[in-house]
Amino acid sequence: MPHSSRLTPYLYVLPLVALLAFVFGYPLVRIFEFSFKLVRGIDGPWIGIRNYQLILGQGLFWESVRHNLFLLLAVPIMVAWSLLVSIMLYERVKGWKLYRVVLFVPYILAIPIIAVVMKKMFQFSGPVNEVLRWLGLDFLALDWIGSSDVALWTVMLLIIWRESALGIILFLARLLSLDESLIEAAHLDGASWWQRVRFVFLPQMKLVIEFYVVVSIITMLSSVFAYIYMMGGGRGGPGTSTMVLELYIFSALIKTSLPGIASAVSVLLFLVSLLLIVPLFAVRRRANEEAVGT
Amino acid sequence: MKPDQALKHGILLIATFLALVPSLFMVLTSLKGQDEYTFNKTGLPGALVFDHYESILFDSPFFAWMGNSIILAAGAVILSTAVSCLGAYAIARMQFRGRGLLFSVSTSLMAVPPVVMIVPLFVLYTQLELISTFRGTIIIYAGLITPFSVYLLTTFFRTLPREIFEAAHVDGATDLFILWRIVLPLSLAPLLTLVVVNALYVWNDLLIAIIFLQDDSKRTLMAGISVFQGRYENQIPLTMAGMVIASAPMIILYIVFQKYFIRGLMAGAVK
Repeated sequence: MPHSSRLTPYLYVLPLVALLAFVFGYPLVRIFEFSFKLVRGIDGPWIGIRNYQLILGQGLFWESVRHNLFLLLAVPIMVAWSLLVSIMLYERVKGWKLYRVVLFVPYILAIPIIAVVMKKMFQFSGPVNEVLRWLGLDFLALDWIGSSDVALWTVMLLIIWRESALGIILFLARLLSLDESLIEAAHLDGASWWQRVRFVFLPQMKLVIEFYVVVSIITMLSSVFAYIYMMGGGRGGPGTSTMVLELYIFSALIKTSLPGIASAVSVLLFLVSLLLIVPLFAVRRRANEEAVGT
Repeated sequence: MKPDQALKHGILLIATFLALVPSLFMVLTSLKGQDEYTFNKTGLPGALVFDHYESILFDSPFFAWMGNSIILAAGAVILSTAVSCLGAYAIARMQFRGRGLLFSVSTSLMAVPPVVMIVPLFVLYTQLELISTFRGTIIIYAGLITPFSVYLLTTFFRTLPREIFEAAHVDGATDLFILWRIVLPLSLAPLLTLVVVNALYVWNDLLIAIIFLQDDSKRTLMAGISVFQGRYENQIPLTMAGMVIASAPMIILYIVFQKYFIRGLMAGAVK
């Protein structure tokens, strides 16, 4: 290639490397450093593992961890609901395009907007409880937002509501790419609905389901800040009943100005996300091979 | 077969109802008077009241917030796309040491949660006085969305036939010319997907916005909403009118560009 010297490729990737080094590289190095320091303002003395001892011995930290883990309960519900709806959509293909547009709406609405709407709907004297009482289900008319026993369930409900939309679309896309003769054959063999699902659909959808499960686990552990911040009044409230790790980092950094503590939690969260990268890439690679193969 | 069909139909109708009911509540409530809402929470509005829209449109900073969000989204998307096109072109089409490593590192960064990066950046930005500046925040957003852009563009550039590049090189075209005049025009579909996913990410983000743009005049729409809801705690119809206006731009874009939204958000879910 006469026009490109050996340096040319490096010039092309230079801006990319610089940007990634600044936004990812620099912070990822410094959270490790900060996590061993007593940072006041912009720097501070080394204090060994005292930050880690402090957070690991603190009730609020473990409560946040428990809440993140609790949210994982949403994943099987999201998978089951998305599977049910996507298979129904696939089987009565007539009008599926319109359904698809409508069922994806929850994912289009920004989390803060929908959280504000849900908060008003689930108020103790709000429309949801009014309908429940009208149906004679008074025992279900809970204080959805204001009670510390229920608040995290309500957040989970909102997460399920929104994130299932993605599952439905992903699963439907996979179903539509299936070889129709396969399903025809199952029909001709007189397979029942359940048999078709069990022996035709589920095996073919195994990879996309695994992919969705991994992505959802990552979401529950590290990307629920907007839900929690809006529903819990910015504090993970009522009390600390909806506190999660992301909000813990946010509060330690902004509200109590303890960058060292916030960094130690960031390090732990980063290590967890490293553990999840491996399964994520494994499923994605296999899913790509499948897409190429069919 | 008959009860079977009815059941399927029923499940789909329930799913549709659940997907739409918050939006319906939002729109219907926004048209009720403040007093009417206290005794009519679930029904249709008795008479259509547009006062709330008037007060949001004329007496609240919603448009200023939207303007700020547009500046950030446009800035971050332009910066990230430019950087990613150059980088992805080199990774897909040039030979150099560290090429594979750069691509795997960049791709792995997609799975790192943004919250992990905020502490050192906040400390650094405080020191450099970059808190509450658009340029500082645009760089952070651009960085966060770049791994996905590089991943998508590299995989696409690799699918382009080799002959195009060889022929262009023989004709004496430079790499920049090939990228600008041949590769990019062929890549409009993935570029549009990228713009949708990335702009939506910046537009919808709350975490970076409330940490790095603390100044009232720099607030984004999402950060503005979090302030707004607290201020008008008990004025529910007014709040809902605000939410209708806040969601209108994306809903309109979604209806116009459904195909790219659905395709883009599915691809973007990888993040």
